[in-house]
Amino acid sequence: MKRWLTAGLMLLLGRRKRTLPAPEDERIVPPGGADLRAENAVILLLLAAAVCAAGFIAAYALGSIPNRTQFLGLALGLSFAFLAVACLVVARRLVVTEELEEEYSPVEHLEEQAAIQEIVTESGSRFTRKRLVKVAAGTAGGALGAALIAPAVSLGPILDTSAFYTTPWRRGRRLVDQGGNPFSAEEIFEKLFYTAFPEGAEREDLGAPIVVVRMEPAQLRLPSERSGWAPEGILAFSKICTHAGCAISLYRAPLFPPAGPKAALVCPCHYSTFDPATGGDVIFGPAGRPLPQLPLTVDENGHLRAAGNFSGPVGPSWWGVRRKDARS
Amino acid sequence: MIGRTVRFLDQRSGTAPLIRKTLRYLFPDHWSFLLGEVALYAFVILVGTGIYLTFFFEPSTAKTVYHGVYGPLHGVEMTRAYRSAIDMSFKVKAGLLMRQTHHWAADVFVAAIVLHMLRIFFTGAFRKPRDLTYYIGLTMLLLALLEGYVGYSMIDDLLSGMGLAIGYSVALSFPFIGAELAQLIWGAPFPGDPQFWSRMYIGHVLLFPLAIAALLGLHLFLVAARHHTQFRRKRESEWKVVGVPTFPGQTPRSLGLFFSVASVLFLLGGLVQINPVWLWGPYDVSNGTNGAQPDWYLGWLIGALRLVPDFDVTIGSYTLIPNPFWGGALFPLAVFAILYLWPSLERRFTGDQAFHNLLDRPRDAPVRTALGAALFTWVFVVFLAGASDRVFILLGISYDWQIWIYRVLVFVAPAVAFLATKRVCEELKAGELVERRRKQAEAPA
Amino acid sequence: MRTARVVLPVLLLALALPAVAASSVPPPYGIVDANAPRDTPLRELGFQLYAGNCSTCHGPNGSGFPEAKPGLGSGGILGKAPSLHGVGELSADFYLRTGRMPLGHVGEQPNRGHVFFSDREIRALVTYVGSLGKGPPIPHPHPQRGKIAEGLQLFTQHCAGCHQIAAGGGYLPGAVAPALGQATPTEIAEAVRIGPYVMPRFGPQAISDKELDSIIAYVDYTNHPKDSGGWSLGHVGPIPEGLVTWLLAAAVLVGMCLALGSRLKS
Repeated sequence: MKRWLTAGLMLLLGRRKRTLPAPEDERIVPPGGADLRAENAVILLLLAAAVCAAGFIAAYALGSIPNRTQFLGLALGLSFAFLAVACLVVARRLVVTEELEEEYSPVEHLEEQAAIQEIVTESGSRFTRKRLVKVAAGTAGGALGAALIAPAVSLGPILDTSAFYTTPWRRGRRLVDQGGNPFSAEEIFEKLFYTAFPEGAEREDLGAPIVVVRMEPAQLRLPSERSGWAPEGILAFSKICTHAGCAISLYRAPLFPPAGPKAALVCPCHYSTFDPATGGDVIFGPAGRPLPQLPLTVDENGHLRAAGNFSGPVGPSWWGVRRKDARS
Repeated sequence: MIGRTVRFLDQRSGTAPLIRKTLRYLFPDHWSFLLGEVALYAFVILVGTGIYLTFFFEPSTAKTVYHGVYGPLHGVEMTRAYRSAIDMSFKVKAGLLMRQTHHWAADVFVAAIVLHMLRIFFTGAFRKPRDLTYYIGLTMLLLALLEGYVGYSMIDDLLSGMGLAIGYSVALSFPFIGAELAQLIWGAPFPGDPQFWSRMYIGHVLLFPLAIAALLGLHLFLVAARHHTQFRRKRESEWKVVGVPTFPGQTPRSLGLFFSVASVLFLLGGLVQINPVWLWGPYDVSNGTNGAQPDWYLGWLIGALRLVPDFDVTIGSYTLIPNPFWGGALFPLAVFAILYLWPSLERRFTGDQAFHNLLDRPRDAPVRTALGAALFTWVFVVFLAGASDRVFILLGISYDWQIWIYRVLVFVAPAVAFLATKRVCEELKAGELVERRRKQAEAPA
Repeated sequence: MRTARVVLPVLLLALALPAVAASSVPPPYGIVDANAPRDTPLRELGFQLYAGNCSTCHGPNGSGFPEAKPGLGSGGILGKAPSLHGVGELSADFYLRTGRMPLGHVGEQPNRGHVFFSDREIRALVTYVGSLGKGPPIPHPHPQRGKIAEGLQLFTQHCAGCHQIAAGGGYLPGAVAPALGQATPTEIAEAVRIGPYVMPRFGPQAISDKELDSIIAYVDYTNHPKDSGGWSLGHVGPIPEGLVTWLLAAAVLVGMCLALGSRLKS
């Protein structure tokens, strides 16, 4: 038995072609001494990498294990880590680090440059009116290029910006909450903020969400043209910040006004702060334009309805925004 | 076996001379020359994990109601895009690992590019003939920023949705063309046409990666064609490159670096949670959360948006330049413009039109190093300002105070950095000169 | 006995130091302990404690001072605080159990802090304040009956703007919305119904008791959410992620470059 085994092994291992190593001074890559410890380390590291990779497969295949993602990441990460360390050992200990020198390639190739130039100019020797042909070619190229780009215009209504001025709100439209239930004036309490949407209209629109708050009518200092906009002191503003379009989802509502900051609507992105009592003026933060106010009215059922259009365009400013008041 | 493979290749392609040359191609040896490779390998991981993610992600804004394995979102209405990200995280076995590795790889990719760019800048490697290589690198940085932004915004979670609104407002803020530009990209006023998601998707999985890969190929080709730059040590010169050949010397190093990058990214991807979108919930135009931040490489923009004081530039009742333009558009444009123009400006101001294969140590070019430090400080101060609210919550320093301090620092800190850096460089050089003279004086006659 | 009602606090104040408490540091003048026998009824004990610790700001009998002015016998300390009539046991319990009151300085945000009163003293004060007019009792929420998913949606709409979507706390100009990790279900229910400092006040018509149960269930969930991805970094998003990118990943990879490449030895 032992003889057959030995014979088999000899057959397998002995098949290596024996090439005589080149004499030292004719080698391309210089020789270096053996480093058995490094070699053993590399072999162990490679095997460790294999074990970890197998671990990854196992962790993947197992039915339900807790923290699977952690095991998967650990297994794969460690497998790569062992490979990395193995490469590091090889780089430092098991390959000869040669420091060779050679010439940088030439800065330029004047002869070839001249030759190329010559080829091109000589090829054009049959043209008699080169400039005219070039102009014609340029015109053709430019026009064709423009034609090929033209379909990109369909990506959006490029010249028609009217959509920026319209919102889903109309005069008489009722205010409803997330669930579609109308808001009645008597369920709007002070020191609270409500998010409302236009009934039966598009909600996924910057112009749709509004924030509703109630203040003491005596506290209000609205511009004169908006004197009827806040029935019972209930105010509505666009919920979209005029700075960069985030939803104004903070209402700073002081419990004890004599000691604390005043009531304000605040945007959580860059902290633009708007004063509802003055009709949305900016009192802090980078917003450059007051918050657009929506006039409200209370209908015969006590429900809140929009009484007209916003006091200004909704959302972040663009060049088309015309401001009725100069600055906030 | 090697012989057989080589023969097969050479007979089929005739490339044995090329392979031989490549195997012995020289790489000048310095640790900082490996930073670009870190970026390259991060990109490889990005593409690999990204392909896996495309098999599971649904770029659709159609609404659905969630009834999956994650309890806290039961019955919540969301887009199919968000839903597919949740399912990928919880139902696909390696889904969360791949998602998180992909996201960590993006963060590390940009970090590596920045480190690599700093090395290129401070050693003057961008000088002729490598200015074209440098421009290509800058373009890849720009593309990487956009690619990352689009990538994490596709999930339609609350945090990234808020970020998209801000990006929209920056597009909108361009004078004269803002509204048209925004409509062109989004297809309609925010939240845009449903096709916007298709655009983000094809941009993120095909157009941007192809562009980056093509530029990367060109970038590497140029580096190889002109050879890598080197520091002057003993034998190096402008005409002679000294280095380690690809094989066997450089290969285990590069391979080791690749495995290190893969290891770090997969370890992070499995062990450290990133962008847990199931916690943020789906985006809605009417919702917002406090503490929303972009990924780190856009932090300089949120800082800029917070620091610019509150004004829209108006003429009478006409709006000319809305507020976000300064921080969101002009500031990054200015930084990139300076970076793009740097090689030509330096040539003009130093009069140095020569080709360079040798690198400067940062101290050897005090003005460049100082100006670079000033530019970096400028961007870094703005970047820090972006985190002021969390700094306030963590350390109690008033947000108001921070904003004002940063507004002052934005002007003062770069000036201080310039002066200090220039001084340090000059002192270091002077110190070396003294050392050399001392050694000469002490040398046996 | 109106005279006694006025004289008693004066006497107590004369006996003890006036108390103006800071939220998280010991009040500059200390807490006034009532020198009352053990079997004093709660409301009586509460009245004495109130007189010694709260009346400088909240006025005699909880009537409040809308403008800063010294109260009777407060020795020139300017008090300014809301009236406590009708705030109920709910409010007193919230502010006292979380150490938000006594407050250090008028106008300062009442923050969670060290609780200087004992449990019995708190119950006494709560009983007393609750007796000042008709107000809401201490709530007893049942978060186990709530639905986390509903809580997530309600929290997003009403709370996340200030408190952050994972209840990690947030900033707003002039105030801090605290992280909610330490808040008990009762405290959450109380805060929602009070609207302390600048927080909106959500009455039962805005958020019903059942909805409140769901919100509390959600807040509880945020204290130990599903972190399938590993180390959660605090659930606040990209800032800690960026720190890990630079301080961990970039540091390790640069280290690897240093290990693999050579250095300049000048």
